[in-house]
Amino acid sequence: MALPTYATKLERLWHYTYLVICAAIFFFLIAPIVVVIPLSFNVEPYFTFTDKMLSFDASGYSMRWYDSLLTFGMAKPEAPRDLSWWADVWQNAKWVQAAKSSLIVGFFATIVATVLGTLAALGLSRPEMPYRRAIMAILISPMIVPIIITATGMFFFYSNPCEPLTWIGLNPQCGRLAGTYLGVILAHATLGIPFVIITVTATLVGFDQSLARAAASLGANPRTTFFRIIMPLILPGVISGALFAFVTSFDEVVAVLFIAGPDQQTIPRQMWNGIREQISPAILAVATLLVIFSVALLTVVEMLRRRSERLRGVTPH
Amino acid sequence: MAQALDPHAAIVTEASGLAPEGALKTADGQPLARALARSSRRARRRAFLLVLPLLAFILITFVLPIGQMLQRSVKNDGFSANMPQISAWFHANPRGTEPDEVAWGALAADLKASAEAKTIGVVGTRINYEMAGTRSLFTSAGRKVRDGLAPPYREAVLALDEKWGDPKLWSVMREASSPYTGNFYLAAMDRTRDAEGNMVQAPEEQRIYIRLFMRTFWLSAVITCTTFLLGFPIAHLLATLPMRKSNLLMILVLLPFWTSLLVRTTAWMVLLQQQGVVNDILVWLGVIRDDQRLQMIFNQTGTIIAMTHILLPFMILPLYSVMRTINPSYVRAARSLGATSWTAFRRIYFPQTLPGLGAGALLVFILAVGYYITPALVGGSSGQLISNMIAMHMTQTLNWSLAAALAALLLLGVLALYWVYDRLVGIDNLKLG
Amino acid sequence: MKRILILSSALCGLAFAAQAAEVNVVSWGGAYEKSQVEAYNKPFAEKTGIKVNMIAADNPATPLKAQVEAKNVTGDVFDIEVSDAIRLCDEGALVEIDPASLPAAPDGTPAAEDFLDGALQDCAVANIFWGTVIAFDGSKYSGEKPSTAADFFDTAKFPGKRGLPKNPKRTLYLALIADGVAPDQIYEKLSSPEGIEQAFKKLDTIKKDVVWWEAGAQPVQLLADGEVVMATGYNGRFFDAMVGEGKPFEIIWDGQYMDMDMFAIPKGAPNPEAAMEYLKFATDTQRLADQAKYIAYGPARKSSTALVGMYQDGKTEMAPHMPTVADHMKTAVMDDPEFWADHAAELTEKFNAWLAAS
Repeated sequence: MALPTYATKLERLWHYTYLVICAAIFFFLIAPIVVVIPLSFNVEPYFTFTDKMLSFDASGYSMRWYDSLLTFGMAKPEAPRDLSWWADVWQNAKWVQAAKSSLIVGFFATIVATVLGTLAALGLSRPEMPYRRAIMAILISPMIVPIIITATGMFFFYSNPCEPLTWIGLNPQCGRLAGTYLGVILAHATLGIPFVIITVTATLVGFDQSLARAAASLGANPRTTFFRIIMPLILPGVISGALFAFVTSFDEVVAVLFIAGPDQQTIPRQMWNGIREQISPAILAVATLLVIFSVALLTVVEMLRRRSERLRGVTPH
Repeated sequence: MAQALDPHAAIVTEASGLAPEGALKTADGQPLARALARSSRRARRRAFLLVLPLLAFILITFVLPIGQMLQRSVKNDGFSANMPQISAWFHANPRGTEPDEVAWGALAADLKASAEAKTIGVVGTRINYEMAGTRSLFTSAGRKVRDGLAPPYREAVLALDEKWGDPKLWSVMREASSPYTGNFYLAAMDRTRDAEGNMVQAPEEQRIYIRLFMRTFWLSAVITCTTFLLGFPIAHLLATLPMRKSNLLMILVLLPFWTSLLVRTTAWMVLLQQQGVVNDILVWLGVIRDDQRLQMIFNQTGTIIAMTHILLPFMILPLYSVMRTINPSYVRAARSLGATSWTAFRRIYFPQTLPGLGAGALLVFILAVGYYITPALVGGSSGQLISNMIAMHMTQTLNWSLAAALAALLLLGVLALYWVYDRLVGIDNLKLG
Repeated sequence: MKRILILSSALCGLAFAAQAAEVNVVSWGGAYEKSQVEAYNKPFAEKTGIKVNMIAADNPATPLKAQVEAKNVTGDVFDIEVSDAIRLCDEGALVEIDPASLPAAPDGTPAAEDFLDGALQDCAVANIFWGTVIAFDGSKYSGEKPSTAADFFDTAKFPGKRGLPKNPKRTLYLALIADGVAPDQIYEKLSSPEGIEQAFKKLDTIKKDVVWWEAGAQPVQLLADGEVVMATGYNGRFFDAMVGEGKPFEIIWDGQYMDMDMFAIPKGAPNPEAAMEYLKFATDTQRLADQAKYIAYGPARKSSTALVGMYQDGKTEMAPHMPTVADHMKTAVMDDPEFWADHAAELTEKFNAWLAAS
């Protein structure tokens, strides 16, 4: 983005103004995320930088809010921190419970979304696929339809999954999915699927179908072809799709609000409570941990993307 | 066999040599046209089978529930199921019939039965949806009729409360005597029915939904504009910088994208509140006095700022991927032909970015129209969108039919935009980072 | 592949394994939830081995109704207001509770006589009396401090934002009191269209200055953050901030709105026996008195009143902070559960329309 040599003075001025504007916009993008990190170490229960913090006085900082993530909800938080204290944390601490719920839901929702989504993406990227456009539109729609509508629909359906059968005259009795892990997992898988489809089909766009044909002509059966040829090539796309699906589940709160029971209080659900009630810096401590988590995920995704481009021989422009 | 049906086998046959007779044949002697058709059918079926599990999954866990929810927007049997006798009377007698003693008797019997079954609250709630202030009429009547009423029923019921004689009430009960009704859609569009059953505008102070839809679309448009204003320079910078630098800066765009929505919303609450970081800095700089701290959150400003930040990557990414493909020599050519940099930008560069701009703007607009979390947390009362109203009817007033009707209208709008998006941009071109 | 299968089925087992005995209690969150955890849940878990899950809601009556109507009940015990208890009982959503099954007072007085008037309903048992009061940040006023409900509405004399709950029940009465209506005339006024209009007219005068809150902990936070200069909220929450956290808040008892909270069990609760056991345990004399150790709400049993002692810090006498003190009751508006059971729906509708019309 160097200036051409024939630039006039005015253009030079504009060029630097433009760079300043861009810097300001980047600042707008990043500052909110960065600002929560130091505040989560605040000794005081406020969201402002105290004088001590600004003068880098160590006594202005503390880990108390991180500690409260462990102790909140414990039966005996004051007990000495031995093995049984940690057992108490594992059993009762609300944020730890929330993390467990989030991981269980995220893990299984990701598996469902990735397996189904990858298969479908393979089908969708074949030139023979019938009704491609319409089917693609349906499969992507969970990302487009407002989440409140999706969650509302799921609330009724998951409360009584057999109800639609009554429309065709049947009257079976079945349990409910709302308030169970299975329900939340299915809901989150649904919401994560568009991301898997988008990322995997994007990988498949550059995929050379003749590689599969070559494998077949050399005597590999379809299974071998899939696992030895296709899979390694699309794997980066699949993994980043899976990560997207996981993050979608990990960050999802509306469907959880509508269909989860007391056992499935995920991290976002717990945060939602905290934000609406009182944003103590404990919320900022969770936020900081989540930011670190997303930095890690982003790094993985970026590495995968570059690897994928290298493998497929696609060089960015 | 399987080998012979392979489409490539067929193609090889075609290429390798032609049979002397009229119809082309495959190696095993079948007519080529048929073999091709069969193999392509087979290939289609295979492709479809790969997609089928997911399609079935989405249809069951997503499309069906939404359909089931939408059914509630036209169906509410709160009255008809619990007040069977009076409902039957309404069906037997056309609109305009004065309620006779049979009708009053049916009403009295239904009220008593419903009070005993403890469904009178449900009945009252159903009528209250269309005629405010009638829930208590039913519940208090329910408490009084438990011992039964004696004929003549008209006088007996009117003795409970004069309001039972209101023709508007009878009109509403007639409407509710069928489980299927379009009245929730009327309510969602600020319409109601008068005593004669004609559609009329709701009273001035009760017209809220149209205004809310307008506000939702207006705020979404504003947010789309702000994301464009902020996203365009960034995308342009990223697209024109050398790869190494732009990759590095791209991380700054992607990081917010990967960060939890709740974290970003919390961050804005921390920044924008009156004792928050932004106000602190402004006071410290002397821009404002300590007692004039700005109100930037719990109103529309808060919604716009936070949502702009959250949706900005959805504008930058499509713009960037289009700008990457723009050949810089066009602008150079324009400059060499005497255009000023502004003219070259306006006439040559900008038109080429339009596909990306359209994709980004549509996507941002679609997502903004249905947003819920951020306005709920930072919007106060003036920054609430239609989604928040749906949530309120779902979780607080529990008027699920109205929530479903509002959801149906919102869904209609979003699907229309989605269709436009598919036409103009193509769903396949949706990219994430 | 196989390993993944084994791993995932093991995790599945972990995820879906039926939990040991537990009970899900839906309450109001924040400081109030904390007081219940300390006073009821911990001793209950210790005594019975039943695990108590606390779930926070802005007003537990709404999820209760929604869960019953969707036939998807996940909570066992709900902490709700009297008017909601009556309404939901009328609608057949709640399990009936026999007063004879509740534990008697230590001196042997049966529960039916030990509970205060109205504290026992067909389907619900009260635990506490609580007030909705106005509080302000004392450090913000050097000269005259606000002292009445009328001052709350006087933005000329006391400029600044106000925090109000986003519902008609706890706003309309305050507007009328501030407009000079006597506390015992409130419901008469609210029964007539003119009275309702009068209340909304008064609210109109501060509408642009109001920050609306929904969860009970929010007004305290709004006040602490300086987002508002005055807010109405639940007296126990303000007490918690004032005494527990040393915030310079002051409470205006003029025009307090007094209400009871009750425990109720929905029909179709997943753990009905544990729920009933919890309800009986939590409403016994000692437990109700214990709760006052953590939050300034009055116990619903006569026998508990004598046992109310010090705040958990061990030096603050609780009695003078209770909403039930005679001095605080002078201009108090008592909750009329029957009125609200009948009129909540329509007044909420009017209120929301008023709110949306900017």
